[in-house]
Amino acid sequence: MDSSQLFGITMMAYLLASAFYLGLFLFKNERIGQIGMLLALGGAAVQTAAIGLRWYESYQMGVGHAPLTNMYESLVFFAWCTTWFYLALEFRFKTRVMGAFVMPCVAVAMAYASFSDRIDARINPLIPALQSNWLIAHVVTCFIGYAAFAVAGGLGVMYLLKQSAANDTKQDRPSVTGSLPALKIIDDLTYKAIVFGFMWLSAGIITGAIWANEAWGTYWSWDPKETWSIITWFLYALTLHARFTRGWRGRRIAWLAILGFVAVFFTYFGVNFLLSGLHSYGSA
Amino acid sequence: MTTQKKNSILSLFASVQLALFLLFLLAATSIIGTLIPQNSPPAFYVERFGQKTARFFQLLDIPDMYNSWWFLGLLTLFTLNLIVCSVERIPQVVRILRRDGLVVSPEQLHKFPLFRETRSLEALPAASDRVAALLEAQGWSAREADKGSGRLYFAQKGGWTRFGVYVVHSSILIILAGALIGSSAVARKLLHNPQFAFKGSIMLPEGESTNHIIAFKSDDHLDLGFHLRCDAFAIEYYPNGMPKTYRSRVTVLDNGQAVQTADIEVNQPLTYKGVTFYQSSYQPYQNYRVSLKKKDTNAETTAIVTTAKQVDWPGGGVSYGIINRESQGEVTRRLKIWFTDNQGDPSVFWVNNNQEATIERPSGTYLLTIRQMYATGLQATKDPGVWLVYGGCLLMLVGLYIAFFLSHRKIYVFVQPEEKGSRILFAGEANKNKVGFESKFSELISKLEK
Repeated sequence: MDSSQLFGITMMAYLLASAFYLGLFLFKNERIGQIGMLLALGGAAVQTAAIGLRWYESYQMGVGHAPLTNMYESLVFFAWCTTWFYLALEFRFKTRVMGAFVMPCVAVAMAYASFSDRIDARINPLIPALQSNWLIAHVVTCFIGYAAFAVAGGLGVMYLLKQSAANDTKQDRPSVTGSLPALKIIDDLTYKAIVFGFMWLSAGIITGAIWANEAWGTYWSWDPKETWSIITWFLYALTLHARFTRGWRGRRIAWLAILGFVAVFFTYFGVNFLLSGLHSYGSA
Repeated sequence: MTTQKKNSILSLFASVQLALFLLFLLAATSIIGTLIPQNSPPAFYVERFGQKTARFFQLLDIPDMYNSWWFLGLLTLFTLNLIVCSVERIPQVVRILRRDGLVVSPEQLHKFPLFRETRSLEALPAASDRVAALLEAQGWSAREADKGSGRLYFAQKGGWTRFGVYVVHSSILIILAGALIGSSAVARKLLHNPQFAFKGSIMLPEGESTNHIIAFKSDDHLDLGFHLRCDAFAIEYYPNGMPKTYRSRVTVLDNGQAVQTADIEVNQPLTYKGVTFYQSSYQPYQNYRVSLKKKDTNAETTAIVTTAKQVDWPGGGVSYGIINRESQGEVTRRLKIWFTDNQGDPSVFWVNNNQEATIERPSGTYLLTIRQMYATGLQATKDPGVWLVYGGCLLMLVGLYIAFFLSHRKIYVFVQPEEKGSRILFAGEANKNKVGFESKFSELISKLEK
């Protein structure tokens, strides 16, 4: 059994988990939801083992390094962080139906990592720029942030869906969104996820800056990746200030959570594929 | 300027709306520089965007937008806004913290976000003693007051956490201050002392030394105050051909004395007297260093040679030269050597770069190593503000933690005597993490009811 087979199993588990969570959302059947949760949990466990195994395999190949160094590994790690963050939220706040909005995201990330032609799944040795102890600190902090923002974005979509359904089904017909938690709860969770993500994004930018100063002699050079990360940071800072001081709630925060995730997505993905810069090793 | 005008400007800078607007503007304009390549030569913009657009770009400093007057202006406005906002609000926070909880009238307690009422069979002194002891045991150092109709206890925790957000704000100011102190542009244009802070580079051939570097942008030669010598440069490769290590062995010479020898690698810079040297590039030279040894006499020589030139070693009685090379780009892989001791036919053979070759000749056995020479490209940075930046970053994380995860909690307990026993009112509020506080609040009450 090698790590790529385990990643294959993980992907299947996440795809099935997505299907079951969607089933929970549409049919409001608790049993279906439970199976979805177990699949996500199982997938996350297998994926944890797979990441550990890939790490070990890299040492066996004589190029040992943490599996966080290219697009394939980062997508896998993104899926892993997001799933665990989501599961923690589900256990803590008992809001299982959220999975219908998060797990598809995770499943797509895994599937894309596995099937896209643009992505090289091989373990490669580290180029000199990446041989640093800051690698793990930087990638881990960033991706915990990304995971939280992905969940916040999913919650934003959930909020808007629930709200629009609440607006046009005033009649007693049971609505599809009936299984979703109350708007107030979604709003509160969105906010919590953003706060958590903001903390980690800040840490990610800081560790990146320190690393850049170690490797390139400048902690900030406005390269596209850095710039997009600060754009994302500005956006979430704006969101938090709007909420704290102007009392923005609900719809507006939901939209900002979605917009914020678009910025995260571009920082993570768009920059690598569409723009050129110092971070180009992340693109293959 | 009239006072009114001054006040309206001040109130603009004290407004959060301005902060929101500036955050949005900073986010939106920052995108420009990620779409339009930065710091390319002027001709590039003309070719790519046309004459007219390029001139427009020039006007707005788009080719170097993050240092442009308008972007720096935005950052300045943002900084002012941050300062005025914080300075205006801190006294309000102090006022909140100074507010005496004991002035609350017991009739108002039911209006608090958390409110609970229980009854006790104990009469006033016993009941209030128990309340005081419980608060004490739970870490609430309460103060009390006689309110006529009963006894009021007030305690608070984490009042200082209300400053968390200002810790974050000041951390941003510290980071910006550090960036200014470390800025080479500020050192050059404002302090007229380019030695104070700079970024530059130097291409240093193996065996040579330098006492200066060349500053980026201005191309000034900046004196280091010491010499740096490149002793050797090496590239190591992985089996698959990917580069593994770029390494410069350098020696620092201060007042002509060698004071330090170190290896500079990517991610492993060398700092001496505030100047940090980074491995940033290299340049293969078409010069080769030859080490030659005659085995039986142990006579040795080294020489720097170029191609197609005969080199004589009178001490060993031999002559040699490079007659051909196999290169990948500018990097030499193998060399073809011509070698003679003037006895019989000369030896002609291929040898890999930096690999020892053994040559058997009538006059004896010779060991020859030939290695391509490089110049190492080092970046040199002097940034006296970097520790301020790092300190600011650390402070920001601490501040964010305080601001988001720690809260100011207040608790009020009012014990009122009744005909039989007493009535106990609980009220509480927290400015954050209200759910967590609610469970603590309930826990406290259930402990008292036991």
